[in-house]
Amino acid sequence: MSRKISLKGVTKSFGPKRVLQGIDLDVARGESVVVIGGSGTGKSVLLKCILGLMRPDSGSIRIDDEETVGLGDNGRNRVTRKFGMLFQGGALFDSLRVWENVAFGPIQSDGMAADQAHEVAIAKLGAVGLGPEVGELFPAELSGGMQKRVALARAIAREPEIIFFDEPTTGLDPIMADVINNLIVKSVSDLGATAVSITHDMASARKIGHRIAMLYDGRLIWQGPTSDIDRSSNPYVDQFIHGRAEGPIQMQVRSL
Amino acid sequence: MSVPLITLLGRMTLAFLESVGAVTTFAMQAVRYALQPPWYRQQILRQMLEIGYYSLPVVGLTAIFTGMVLALQSYTGFSRFSAESAIPNVVVVSLTRELGPVLAGLMVAGRVGAAMAAEIGTMRVTEQVDALTTLSTNPFKYLVVPRLLAGIVTLPFLVLVADIIGVMGGWLVGVYKLDFNDIAYLRNTIDFLQFQDVFSGLVKAAVFGFLITLMGCYHGYNSRGGAQGVGAATTNAVVSASILILTFNYFITEAFFAR
Repeated sequence: MSRKISLKGVTKSFGPKRVLQGIDLDVARGESVVVIGGSGTGKSVLLKCILGLMRPDSGSIRIDDEETVGLGDNGRNRVTRKFGMLFQGGALFDSLRVWENVAFGPIQSDGMAADQAHEVAIAKLGAVGLGPEVGELFPAELSGGMQKRVALARAIAREPEIIFFDEPTTGLDPIMADVINNLIVKSVSDLGATAVSITHDMASARKIGHRIAMLYDGRLIWQGPTSDIDRSSNPYVDQFIHGRAEGPIQMQVRSL
Repeated sequence: MSVPLITLLGRMTLAFLESVGAVTTFAMQAVRYALQPPWYRQQILRQMLEIGYYSLPVVGLTAIFTGMVLALQSYTGFSRFSAESAIPNVVVVSLTRELGPVLAGLMVAGRVGAAMAAEIGTMRVTEQVDALTTLSTNPFKYLVVPRLLAGIVTLPFLVLVADIIGVMGGWLVGVYKLDFNDIAYLRNTIDFLQFQDVFSGLVKAAVFGFLITLMGCYHGYNSRGGAQGVGAATTNAVVSASILILTFNYFITEAFFAR
């Protein structure tokens, strides 16, 4: 099994707050790993460290067996070229039309001609179930579900080797969430890409993940195949997947 | 008082020095990226349009009324010792050296600096800046550098227009209110005008253009925490740009004219 992504002892603190306290995670080529965990457990920070948007305090992050922590501008560009990212809020550029958003990577970064990139954008919009007429609209004119789809189309426009999903179903109704889940599964398998997702939506995690890892208190306290999640015999995992307020995980709230 | 005054003073000094350091680092990074390709030509042109062309009405109105009031006020002063003929010269020198660049700078800081901080700040808090990075586009090169370049290039043109409109305002008041001969007023304006007067004003304009866009980008780029953060960034961009304009104005003047 060849490792696409490999994390060893990754730590990150913000002042006195130790968000990541030594993360070890391996993701095989073509595998889809979902990291679950409560709000504020450092899921986003973990993702940003792998993406290179944040620099971990210590530890190693290897992509295709290349160390990426402390990489210079050129090396970083080469690694980033392999990535696609679906942001939680979509993060569509609101000053650009939908097709320009999808074609942004091909045009600005890969130097593709505008009319060719337009065709690519329409094709990618089609792949997420949106017609060519949507391409002429601005992101603000779309519903939340459509924005997510456009963001997905943008993430896959450059046919990345690795795709990251940051809470892909948050803020969507259950049906639209399932539509997005299906699209994610389909586009990841069509591209043969490796996927890393973070979510606290268990339905989504079960659907898109081959493997699930649970982040709690800055550490991955459990990981295993998705089919094993219900017999993890880990009280933290059990509490989380069943959504119980009582259990070993105590929320930082005052009692009523 | 729980915190001694001296502690408070120390804290404020440290915070001030820290932000000076952060701004300087930011500016140097911007200059470094400005010197290497790719350059986003379309972005630069769009920003030049935004900063230059769309600021023309505001700057023009400021300039014409400034020129008019200058003529009127200096008449009050100079007529007391029968030196009315110096009025055209006073108007044009004040405008080109000081009021043109400073007032245009302050107006553009309010109009453009605020908009920049709000736009980049919103892009920051909605993760659009991060999205640029994941699409292999350096947000510094795509967002910051075009704005800085556009500011440096456009402001001198804007100030040149302001100078001309301001002189016209003075001329209007001079001719129609103070009974100057219209040809003589213009000749008086041009005859005593020195190259240095206009040139120093244009240098100031370029520096102010840099300061305004730098503050807009810096505060927008570093804004945190949603709507409130973006609001604070907008305010800080305008206030800091205005203060920097007035501070730098003095030192540039001194560099040019002090003996």
